[in-house]
Amino acid sequence: MTQTPGPVPLLSLFFVFFRVGLFSFGGGLAGWVHREVVAQRGWMSDDDFFSGLALSQILPGANVTNLSVYIGQRLRGPAGAACALVGLVIGPFFAVIALATAYAQLATMPWIQNALTGAAAAAIGLLLVVAVKGARNASRRLVPFLILVATFVAVGLLQWPLVPVVLALAPLSVAFAWWKASSNA
Amino acid sequence: MRESVLWSLIVVFVPFSLVSIGGGPSIFAGIQHQSVEVYHWVTAREFVDLFAIARAAPGPGSMLVTLLGWKVAGWTGAIVATLALFVPSSLLCYAVTKMWNHYRGRHWHTALEEGLAPIGAGLILAGVFAVFRIAGAGIMSWAVAGISAAILAWRPKLNPLILLAGGAVAFAFWHGM
Repeated sequence: MTQTPGPVPLLSLFFVFFRVGLFSFGGGLAGWVHREVVAQRGWMSDDDFFSGLALSQILPGANVTNLSVYIGQRLRGPAGAACALVGLVIGPFFAVIALATAYAQLATMPWIQNALTGAAAAAIGLLLVVAVKGARNASRRLVPFLILVATFVAVGLLQWPLVPVVLALAPLSVAFAWWKASSNA
Repeated sequence: MRESVLWSLIVVFVPFSLVSIGGGPSIFAGIQHQSVEVYHWVTAREFVDLFAIARAAPGPGSMLVTLLGWKVAGWTGAIVATLALFVPSSLLCYAVTKMWNHYRGRHWHTALEEGLAPIGAGLILAGVFAVFRIAGAGIMSWAVAGISAAILAWRPKLNPLILLAGGAVAFAFWHGM
């Protein structure tokens, strides 16, 4: 993989992420970003990309906005991160409001309500796939599995407020991973 | 009044931005609780509609907060809510990205990654559950969700818009138009 000579223009960075943001519906955005940034343009190596992908998934925030910040930062520093992030979000910002406006005008028709309920149910199916993937990874060992169950019970079933639950469980979970890694070393 | 609403959007979404491990799905349960039961920005019914609209539109599903802000305070609300949700996590990500390459392979690096993963997965499960509960889901909702999950597991590259359209058509006919 050859790197492009000289710094990547900020405008190119903006438009690559603008396109990814506007045309990739319902997830799978990371695959598209890889295609644009690594496969087609050679702006960074595979290793660079995948380590950034892992990082963007463990940090708080939408995975794909974090990925855009990571790539922008690696290529052009603060300005690059800002261009990539704004490029990614600005298209969907207007698209989502346009869709909601159209919906408000159509909401008087009852079948629209039913259709939207159906679309929401299908969208939950997409979430379910991601949830199962995450649960399968966590259940390989006992303690991470217990942490997962505790999180689900507290937030999902008992409806405890999310922020304190995460603040209580995260140090426990990270401390365990730390201890395990230390005792293996 | 208007300023206090904008301030509420910031107060609610900034903390969510910083705890949304695993992305938008992990905070949907909490956002639903705050915007429906605590602040009464939208009804449970409206929340489910906005959720569906945000999923059908391009971009991250957490653009749901853009719609909540827009519903509460128009364009200003949309901008304030979007910034409140995306800026804090992005600043944190920026800072961590800079450090990340410096400390690659260290202990805490691995511990953070392994420690946060099960919490993210648990939150996503809770998010699925929360959206279903407020939707007052009948057997048809579960069936549509289950079938689209199965189809997506089988064909991961399928455009999810097709599934959303399928769910919409199935419901429109099921309820007799």
